[in-house]
Amino acid sequence: MASVPDDLRYSAEHEWVDGEIAVGGEVTVGITEHAADALGDIVYVEAPSVGAAVTAGEVCGELESTKAVSELYSPVTGTVTATNDELASAPDNVNKDPFGTGWIFKVQIGVEPSGLLDASAYGDLTA
Amino acid sequence: MTALRSPLHNEHVALGATLVDFAGWEMPVRYTGDIVEHTAVRTSAGLFDLSHMGEIAVRGTDAVAFLEFALIGRLGAVGLGRAKYTMICAPDGGVIDDLVVYRRDWDHFVIVANASNKDVVLAELVDRSAGFSVGIEDESAAVALIAVQGPASSAIVTAMTARDADNIAALPYYAATNVVLTGDIHAFVARTGYTGEDGFELFVSATDAPEVWRLALAVGGSRIIPCGLSARDTLRLEAGMPLYGQELTRSTTPFDAGLGRVIAFGNDANPRGDFVGRKALEAARDSERTRVLVGLVGDGRRSPRTGYAVTDADGTVIGEVTSGAPSPTLGKPIGMAYVEPASSTPGTDVLIDVRGRGEPMTVAALPLYKRAQ
Repeated sequence: MASVPDDLRYSAEHEWVDGEIAVGGEVTVGITEHAADALGDIVYVEAPSVGAAVTAGEVCGELESTKAVSELYSPVTGTVTATNDELASAPDNVNKDPFGTGWIFKVQIGVEPSGLLDASAYGDLTA
Repeated sequence: MTALRSPLHNEHVALGATLVDFAGWEMPVRYTGDIVEHTAVRTSAGLFDLSHMGEIAVRGTDAVAFLEFALIGRLGAVGLGRAKYTMICAPDGGVIDDLVVYRRDWDHFVIVANASNKDVVLAELVDRSAGFSVGIEDESAAVALIAVQGPASSAIVTAMTARDADNIAALPYYAATNVVLTGDIHAFVARTGYTGEDGFELFVSATDAPEVWRLALAVGGSRIIPCGLSARDTLRLEAGMPLYGQELTRSTTPFDAGLGRVIAFGNDANPRGDFVGRKALEAARDSERTRVLVGLVGDGRRSPRTGYAVTDADGTVIGEVTSGAPSPTLGKPIGMAYVEPASSTPGTDVLIDVRGRGEPMTVAALPLYKRAQ
C-alpha cells in the first residue's frame, strides 16, 4: 500500500500539493507514491518552466519511465516559481522519495484552488 | 472477459508484483524495479514466468513433412534435442507469428508461440494439416514455462538438479534435454531465451511450476531475482530481437525485418518442397527492399516509442519507430524502426517526432547490445 501523508493535499490526477493553499501562497507540487509506483522507474521529467502560467487540471509537463510516458497536470492555477533541477540528473528521486526530494515544481497560486482532496479522500480514490 | 492466470499467480502476489493484463493474461510487469531487474539479468540472473506463452505439440509419422509445409524453415534438419527459431507465414508472405520449435523426438515437435497469437497459430496449423498424418495438441494450459536468464544461470540451473547437473553446463545453445530437478520434478530444459544473455527455459507441468519457481529462487539466493515483462522487453530490445506486434506483423515479411535467412527456399543440391507463402516470399526475396529495420541510439533523454515518426533533418517522414525505451545497459534512449533504404546506413542522423518535438537519434546496426562471449 502506497503511503499518503496526512499533511498534504491531492489532485485526482495523482499530484500532491504542499504549502500555503490560498491565492498568493506558494505551493510545492509532485506526484504521489501511488503514481510513481504505477509508472515504474522514471528516467526523465519535463516540468513547466519557471515563469510559465499553469492551469488547474491541465497538462503542464510529462514524466517518462522505462515502460511509458505519462502526462503531468498542474493541480492549481498560477505561475511557476521554481523547478527541481536535481531531477535532470536524478529523475529516480521521484520514485525513491516522491514526497520529498522528488518534488517537481513550485507555483504561486493565482486562483483559489478547488477540488483538492485530503489524504483520506485520496486514499479512497486509490484504494 | 476475466484474464487468465498463470500457475505461478500466487507466487507473484506473494512477491508483491505489479500485475497487468498481457494478451489476456494477468502477468507481472515488475516486482522491484524495471532497471534493477534488467540489470540483474545482464550481471547475474533473473527469473521469468513465461507460462502465458503457447505450447503446441505436433506428433505423427508426417510431422516433418507437415511442418516443412506449414512453416518457413526446414524443420526436418533440426536434430533431436535441438531447437529452431522460425515463423509461420500467410500465403501472401505476411508473418502470422514468430516461433521457437523444439524437436523432442523423431516425430514429436513442440511449437512455442506468442501468447497473443496462440489461438491463431493453432487454427492455422490444424487447417494446414489436412492430408498429413499428424496429431496437433494445444498443451498450453498444462505446461508452465520458467526462464532463468543471465551469466549466473548455468550455475543456478545446474544446482537445481542432482541427476543431470553435468548436462546443464554442457548443453549447447539452442539445444534441449530432459532433466529431473530436485524433488523428482521432470523438466524439459532448453538453452534458449529472449534476453541476449546465456540462459535456460524450463518447461514443466503447471502443477510443478510453483515448486520449480521456489527452487530456482532458493538455489539462486542472492544471485537471482524475479523479473517482469518490463525488463523482458528492454532486454530483448537491447539484444535486437523482434517482438511480434511491433517489428513483425501481418503486414511485414521476414525480409522486412532482416530475417530472410529464416526462410529455407532450398537449392539444387538440397531441394525444398512447397510451403505456405513460398511464392509470395520468393517474389519478396527477388524485389527491392522498400524498408529496412534499423537500430536507433540517442544522446538525449527522451525515448522513441512505437508508432513515432522518423524524419530527416527537413522533417520529411522516412520511417516509423517499432519499439523504443531508455536502455539501462547503454544508458541512452534506444529503439528499432523501419526506415527507407536510403536512410538505413549506420551513422545516419535522423529525427524522431517525440510528441511534437524532433529528437535527434542516429541509425545503428542491430543488435545494439551483444554480451561478451
